[in-house]
Amino acid sequence: MIRSETLAGRIARFGGLGICLLVTVFPLYWILVTSFKDPGAIFAYPLKYWPGDFSLDNYRGLFSQSNFAVFLVNSLIVSTVAAALSTVISLLSAYVLARFEFVSKGAVMGAFLVTQMIPGFIALGSLYILMTKLYLVDSRWGLVLVYVAVSIPLCTVMLRGFFENVPASLEEAAMVDGCSRLSALFRVLVPVMTPGLAASYIFNFVNCWNELFLSVTLLNSDNNKTIPAALNGFISSYNIDWGSMSAAAVLSIVPTMVLFAFASRYIVEGLTAGAVKE
Amino acid sequence: MAVLQTERPVRRPHARTSHRRQFTGRTALVLLAFMLPAIVFVGLFTYYPLLSGIQMAFRNYNLNDLSDTSWVGLKNFRTLLHDDMFRGTVKNSVVWVVGSLVPQFLIGFTMALWLRRKFRFRGIYQALVFFPWAVSGFLIGILFRWMFNGEFGVVNDLLMKAHLIDTPVPWLADAKYAMVAVIIANVWYGVTFFAIMILAALQSVPDELYEAAAIDGAGKVRTLFGITIPSIRTTLALTVLLRVIWIFNSPELIFGMTGGGPANATHTVTSYMIQVTQEGDYGRASAMGVMVVFVLILFAIFYLLAIRPRTPRITTRKVAG
Repeated sequence: MIRSETLAGRIARFGGLGICLLVTVFPLYWILVTSFKDPGAIFAYPLKYWPGDFSLDNYRGLFSQSNFAVFLVNSLIVSTVAAALSTVISLLSAYVLARFEFVSKGAVMGAFLVTQMIPGFIALGSLYILMTKLYLVDSRWGLVLVYVAVSIPLCTVMLRGFFENVPASLEEAAMVDGCSRLSALFRVLVPVMTPGLAASYIFNFVNCWNELFLSVTLLNSDNNKTIPAALNGFISSYNIDWGSMSAAAVLSIVPTMVLFAFASRYIVEGLTAGAVKE
Repeated sequence: MAVLQTERPVRRPHARTSHRRQFTGRTALVLLAFMLPAIVFVGLFTYYPLLSGIQMAFRNYNLNDLSDTSWVGLKNFRTLLHDDMFRGTVKNSVVWVVGSLVPQFLIGFTMALWLRRKFRFRGIYQALVFFPWAVSGFLIGILFRWMFNGEFGVVNDLLMKAHLIDTPVPWLADAKYAMVAVIIANVWYGVTFFAIMILAALQSVPDELYEAAAIDGAGKVRTLFGITIPSIRTTLALTVLLRVIWIFNSPELIFGMTGGGPANATHTVTSYMIQVTQEGDYGRASAMGVMVVFVLILFAIFYLLAIRPRTPRITTRKVAG
C-alpha cells in the first residue's frame, strides 16, 4: 500500500498528467487541423486553432496530383504480407527456442539479439548490391523479403516470451492423441496464443509501414513506392505543399494508430516481459 | 527497437516438461525445419550484407566509379578522421544524444511515478500517451518541421501568445535554434518509452518496502532515493543504455525535420552516413558504420562496468504483467 495522498499532491499529479497528455496529443491534433484547412487558410495569419469550414481540398489534391492511391496500396500490400510471413516464421522458430534445449540455441538467440543492437542501415549499401544481384531492386516483393528478415529476430523473442506462458502439456496431449507436431502447434497452440500473435503481427505491420531508409534505397519507380518513400519525395522538393503533406501524414498515421490502440497493451507486455523479471 | 532481455526469463513450473528430455533424430530434423526459414532470412538479408559491408569499409568502393575497388586498408577511416564535416557530426551526435536523453529520462521517470497509483481511465491514458510510438520518426520530423516553421509555425504563435517571445524565432533556419528544435521533437517522441519501461519496473517493487519506509518515517525524497531507485536500478540502467544506442542510431526524425541542415548544424554521424550511402560512396559509408558499431560496443562495455552493482542488490519480487 502506498501512503495516502494529500489533496495538493493529487492536484499536482493529475495536473502534471494532464499537461503531458496535452503536449502528447497536440502535434497530432495540429496536423489533423491543418489537413482540413482550405489551402489558403493554411498560410493565414493569425493562425486558426479550429479549421472553421472543413475543406477536403488537400485530400482531393493529394489523390489527383500524385500517385497517392498507388502508394497507399503498395504500403498496404508490403506491410500486410511482410508482417504475416515474419509472424509465421517467427512462430516456428520461437516454438523451438521456447520448448527445446539444444547445443547451438544460445548462439541462435545471441545472433538474433545482436541484430537489435546494430542499426540495419549500416549495411544499406551492401544490401543494395545484394538485391541488385538477386534482381530484387525496385520490387515490392524484394522489399517484403527484407522486411521479413528485419522483423524476425524481435518477433521471435517476443513470441518466445508468450510461449513461456502456455503449458507444454497442452500440445503434448494433442500429440498423444495423434497430432503431428506441426498440427499440434497450429491447432492447439495458435488459438491459445492469439493475443501474442496479434500483437506481434501488428507490431511488425506498424514497423514495416513506417520504415524509411530501406524503402527509399530499394524502390525508385513511382509505381512501386510505399508511403514513406513517397513522403521523402515530397520533402525533397524545395517548396513543401503543406496542405497535401499534412493530408498525407494523417492518412499514413491513422491506420497504424488504430492498430496500435488495439494491441499496445500486449506489445508492452511482450517488450517488457524480460525487463521486469529482475 | 531493442529488447530488454536482462536474463533468461524465469521458468514457470510447467515449462519443465518431457520436451526437454533427449529428443530423437526425427524430432531434431523437424525442429531444424522449423528454425530454417528464420535462419535463412536473417542470414541472407541481415548478416550477409553486414559482413560484406564490413569488408567494404576497407575498400575503395564508390558506386559512381567502380573501375577501382581495391583494398585500401584504413584509408577510408583516415579520410573521415580528417574530415571537418565528419568531426562536426560527431559533436552534433553527442549533443543530440545527451540533450534528448536527459529530459526524456527525467520526464519519463516523473510520469511513471505519477502513473504508479491506479486511477480510473489509467488504461486509456496510457494508450493515448503511447500514440507517438505508432508514428514513424520520419513523420514526427515532418510534423515538427511544420510546427517549428518560422512564419506559419504554431510553436512561435503559442510562444508569442504566452508573451515568452516578441518576434518569431527562425527555428529551423538558424543553426543556433535548429538543434534545440530537433531535440524537443525527439524528447516528445521518446518520453513514453521511458515512462512505460519505468512504470513496468516500478510495479515490481514490493509494497512492503514502502510500508517499512513509512513506519521508519522516511520522507518522499528519502523513499525515492532509498527504495524506489535502488529497487529498479537494473531496469533504469538498461533502459538508458538502450535509449542511448537507439537515439544515436535514429536519423529518421532529423531526416524529416531538417535534413541535417541548416549548414549541417543538425547532421549527426548516422544521418551523415545515410547521406554518404545515398551519394554512392559505400566504402566511406561502411567505414562510418564500422566506427559507429565499434564506439557503441565500447560505450556499452564501459557503461555496463560503471553501473555494475557494488553492493548486494535488493531482491525484487516478480510480478506478472
